[in-house]
Amino acid sequence: MSHNSNLQDDIIRMSGVNPRKCMRCGKCSATCPAYDEMEYHPHQFVNMVENGDIEPLLKSESLYRCLSCFACIERCPRSVEPAKLVEAVRLAVIRQQGANRMKPEDVAAIADDETPQQLLVSAFRKYSK
Amino acid sequence: MQRIGVFVCWCGSNIAGTVDVHAVAEALKLEPGVVFSTDYQYMCSQAGQNIIKEAIAEHKLTGIVVCSCSPRMHEATFRKTAAAAGLNPYMVEIANIREQCSWVHKDMPIGTEKAIILGKAAIAKVNLNAPLTPGESPVTKRALVIGGGIAGIQTALDIADAGFPVDIVEKKPTIGGKMAQLDKTFPTLDCAACILTPKMVDVAQHDKIRIFSYSEVTEVKGFVGNFDVKIKKHARYVKEDVCTGCGDCVSKCPMKKVPNEFNLGMDNRHAIYIPFAQAVPKVATIDPNACNMIKNGKCGLCAKVCTAGAIDYTQKDEFIEEKYGAIVVATGYNHISMDKFDEFAYNQSKDVITSLEFERLTNAAGPTAGKLLRPSDGVHPHTIVFVQCVGSRCDACAEKGKEYCSKICCMYTAKHAMLTRDKYPDTDVYVFYIDVRTPGKNFDEFYRRAVEEYGVHYIKGMVGKVVPEGNKLKVQASDLLSNKQLHIDADLVVLAAAIEPDKSARPLATMLTASMDTNDFFTEAHPKLRPVESPTAGVFLSGACQGPKDIPETVSQAGAAASKVIGLLAKDKLTGNPCIAHSDEMMCNGCSSCERVCPYGAITYVDKEFRMPDRTTAIRRVASVNPAVCQGCGACTVACPSGAMDLKGFATSQIIAEVDAICK
Amino acid sequence: MQMNEHKPLIVAFCCNWCSYAGADLAGNNRLNYPAEVKIIRVPCSCRVNPMFILRAFQRGADGVIICGCHPGDCHYTSGNYYTRRRMAMLFSMLDYLGIEKERTRVEWVSAAEGAKFAATMNDFVATVTALGENKRLEDLRCKK
Repeated sequence: MSHNSNLQDDIIRMSGVNPRKCMRCGKCSATCPAYDEMEYHPHQFVNMVENGDIEPLLKSESLYRCLSCFACIERCPRSVEPAKLVEAVRLAVIRQQGANRMKPEDVAAIADDETPQQLLVSAFRKYSK
Repeated sequence: MQRIGVFVCWCGSNIAGTVDVHAVAEALKLEPGVVFSTDYQYMCSQAGQNIIKEAIAEHKLTGIVVCSCSPRMHEATFRKTAAAAGLNPYMVEIANIREQCSWVHKDMPIGTEKAIILGKAAIAKVNLNAPLTPGESPVTKRALVIGGGIAGIQTALDIADAGFPVDIVEKKPTIGGKMAQLDKTFPTLDCAACILTPKMVDVAQHDKIRIFSYSEVTEVKGFVGNFDVKIKKHARYVKEDVCTGCGDCVSKCPMKKVPNEFNLGMDNRHAIYIPFAQAVPKVATIDPNACNMIKNGKCGLCAKVCTAGAIDYTQKDEFIEEKYGAIVVATGYNHISMDKFDEFAYNQSKDVITSLEFERLTNAAGPTAGKLLRPSDGVHPHTIVFVQCVGSRCDACAEKGKEYCSKICCMYTAKHAMLTRDKYPDTDVYVFYIDVRTPGKNFDEFYRRAVEEYGVHYIKGMVGKVVPEGNKLKVQASDLLSNKQLHIDADLVVLAAAIEPDKSARPLATMLTASMDTNDFFTEAHPKLRPVESPTAGVFLSGACQGPKDIPETVSQAGAAASKVIGLLAKDKLTGNPCIAHSDEMMCNGCSSCERVCPYGAITYVDKEFRMPDRTTAIRRVASVNPAVCQGCGACTVACPSGAMDLKGFATSQIIAEVDAICK
Repeated sequence: MQMNEHKPLIVAFCCNWCSYAGADLAGNNRLNYPAEVKIIRVPCSCRVNPMFILRAFQRGADGVIICGCHPGDCHYTSGNYYTRRRMAMLFSMLDYLGIEKERTRVEWVSAAEGAKFAATMNDFVATVTALGENKRLEDLRCKK
């Protein structure tokens, strides 16, 4: 198992999540509406971050499948907040890339009346910073 | 001035190896009050104790200081020695020159110097010692058991069988508690009623037991051995001693649509009711919120049909005052509310039920006469999903649920799943678990049987949400071992809801000055060594009021609590610890500061008449310490602004003398 | 700095049920700590009157430490909570009077923590030694 402790510390610090609180009940994955789209599921994110197994997460498309609906945060009985971990890993990738994937000035071109505001908020979460 | 003897122990080489014991004895000889000083190899030996006894007699000693091991080791020994020589045992002080001197220092001059200082401190203290005698208080030989579930029943039976009278106070119209609602009991699957109801009858027929049903404790005063308790007996509008429990009134009552609490609201009862067939006492009760006669004077049918003439619409709440020597708390548990767990759709669908509701659904005396039918449409369910740990083991920050494991759910869920598959082999039963916790005699075997013999599908994972759709419940869950998200169309979802202490426990704890933890479970005096006693003397704990418990554990704890009560009631007098607080009434200004900090409620205020200097009398409010309740912590002595409160054996003047001796 | 180093005088108040037993355990395990520490046994840490501490400083003590059961473990249920509050207040006032807050301390030592007791005392003595002699509250008339 690859172990990247620097990156692990970064992810934990950025997210403010303590993955050790997880009791492996799997309620996050049970509740996740994007489960079938994801290669690594919410409970695996928690487990892999705890084990320092970050590299596969960085490469995974799962980062962009998370809807940021926060159902996992709402339902987690241990207050672990898996979605914050997903977001922190995403941030780590974007920072490494050093480039924004979505610019505010492009929003007008993408958005129309049908676009829910939450989608834009999530899109910024995923594709900028 | 005291006449003090100093005895320095060598403890072989344990002390003498690092401390020059002769030098210590010589140096302490010069201290004020010391008339005799010596050293000996083993002071605790018979010969050493004889040296002390002889010195007390020969030198007419009024106090002694033993420089030896820790007082935790031999203080009791030397107190007995002093008592045998006619000296008050509380005139003995120990200077700890072994554990806290010779064993932690290596250098002889340093060790000797410290030993002398510790000896001086002990001498300074004993100079201010006064003889102390432990107080005595009588014991009322009657016990009160609060709560009439299996815990209370077992405790009451055990105490009564030992020959002491017991009263049970139960807030419901019948005793029996949660166990009376259960169908079968794990791991042997005896029917709950078959093993509980004979015990209920034993209670009813026992000449030493009185049952106050439909009653509550409203006031507790007094202390161990001498509690004064006020019990409120709610008006049930039926004369208990006249009613025969025939049930004619129930069948004639026109108010038929009152939710039946005994079946958790899954069916209805009448306004006049007997909770269940084996209720004890088997007496009807009128629900004043439902009865037309009581609400607006129209009806009176039950009085007309009652041949015994037991109905009395004018009955009032009654108060009973009784004295008790010991109180046993057996207030039990309830399921937590499911309001904060929207994801399971408990409030949206009648077919999402708690485990206790499932018990009633499968109970032959329940709303469906034991047939497993869906509450919504009365159809037999084919796919049943059990969800474990609903509201148990939650993080404190989650602001819903409880942090602890509710302990009983793994086993009752295995029982439900097994019995369902046994009776209805056409059902598919899924159990979603985080961990299966089955420590207990024959418990894990039981769970394995559910899986291996009965084919219950145990799935490691949790249910994320339940969505009612048509006549199905769409269950979305995770299967962690196969790393899949499952979608199950269920007919019935059963939630193993966390359990919490009964709501009545908190106000009761306040009345009893018994401590509770943050979850409102009663705290035991010691988690390992005194598990059935409350830190408040004379208050004992039985059953789930102390923590989640199954029936076997509850019954053994109930018996243990009973034996502690019997041990207390068997005494004619209680001997206290003499090192307790006392108030100088002339200095007390009646401010109540001490009363507020006392963790035991040992301090009360009394109005007392005092002679004033000008020969008039005046009534002043002063603190009074109950010696039977005070445990001698000393919190009050510091809170007292006027310095009236002091602690015997650890008086302010004594501790200051020690400080002075050390800092000289 | 070895010339005539000041030996501090430390008064330790230990509750009978936890910390005094912890000190005994330190002894049983022969864990050394400086002889400057002198222990006074009290039934509960809440028996320690602020007056005792002032008296100790007045009489020339250089540091005062109070040891009790861990919060929640008090033999008398809540005594150590009183101690914690009272001492927080007293120590801040002493600090204001010029008695450095490092000279006063409240520690929770259980009956099983002999090692913690010894370590705490070693640390406390080192801290107080570094501060030097306490002169602020000392009543010079008490000196011979």
